[in-house]
Amino acid sequence: MKSNQITLTFSSIPENVSIARLLIASVGGQLDLSLNDIEELKVAISEAVSNAIIHGYQSNPSRIVYLNLVIAADNLKITVKDEGCGISDVAQAMQPAFSTDPERMGLGFVFMQSFMDELQVDSVLEVGTTVTMIKHLKPTPISSH
Amino acid sequence: MVLNLEKKIERLTLFLRLDGELDMHTASTLRQAIDSEIDKRGIRTVILNLQGVQFVDSSGLGVILGRYKKLLPLGGKLKITNVPPHIYKIMELSGLPKIINFYLDEAHAYEEGRGA
Repeated sequence: MKSNQITLTFSSIPENVSIARLLIASVGGQLDLSLNDIEELKVAISEAVSNAIIHGYQSNPSRIVYLNLVIAADNLKITVKDEGCGISDVAQAMQPAFSTDPERMGLGFVFMQSFMDELQVDSVLEVGTTVTMIKHLKPTPISSH
Repeated sequence: MVLNLEKKIERLTLFLRLDGELDMHTASTLRQAIDSEIDKRGIRTVILNLQGVQFVDSSGLGVILGRYKKLLPLGGKLKITNVPPHIYKIMELSGLPKIINFYLDEAHAYEEGRGA
């Protein structure tokens, strides 16, 4: 797979969470990932984008979510950025079952952590949050064709 | 991608067949569909058939857990049936099967607790 880079910016509306999933599923397909890996990437990206919309932007539809995918030989990097309210205590927010909303399970970061090889959350109050997730890719055998 | 809901009511049991993706966008559809039946018709048992669910994330699981929590103090029950394997994997990671009862199909879920 050649190195590749894709950036998508979109309104912070719930409808766009599935657009982000469609994109990662297509990229995963091109990378020849297993269906299971693609499912896991879809969940991870869904969580990151949902967090940006619900928490970062408090569901304000006029804000913009920034999604960036970088495909290298040995890894796939997904960055989801919002310019929203930020997280006051990242370590606390990443705890299982921590949620500011009783209807939610507080599992977003748990799923991101479980399904990706690396997860980094950078957040500054009133500036925004950037979630960086990396999936290691198995080296593809050199084709005999 | 949307979530389609097929609704059937038998006595005070609501059967819901879900078809599509369950995320933050479609979760509110499911929440409203169940809550209106609980509030208006006095439904006390909700059986969710997840056979047609292609995707679920924590927003979707949150709505399912939320309905369970709503029914509990009313003496009601939420039951889940026909879960596809890749959906069950996500649910298992969330710990949901420790709280909510899962059944093979709707008939098993309906029979249980009715003394049939």
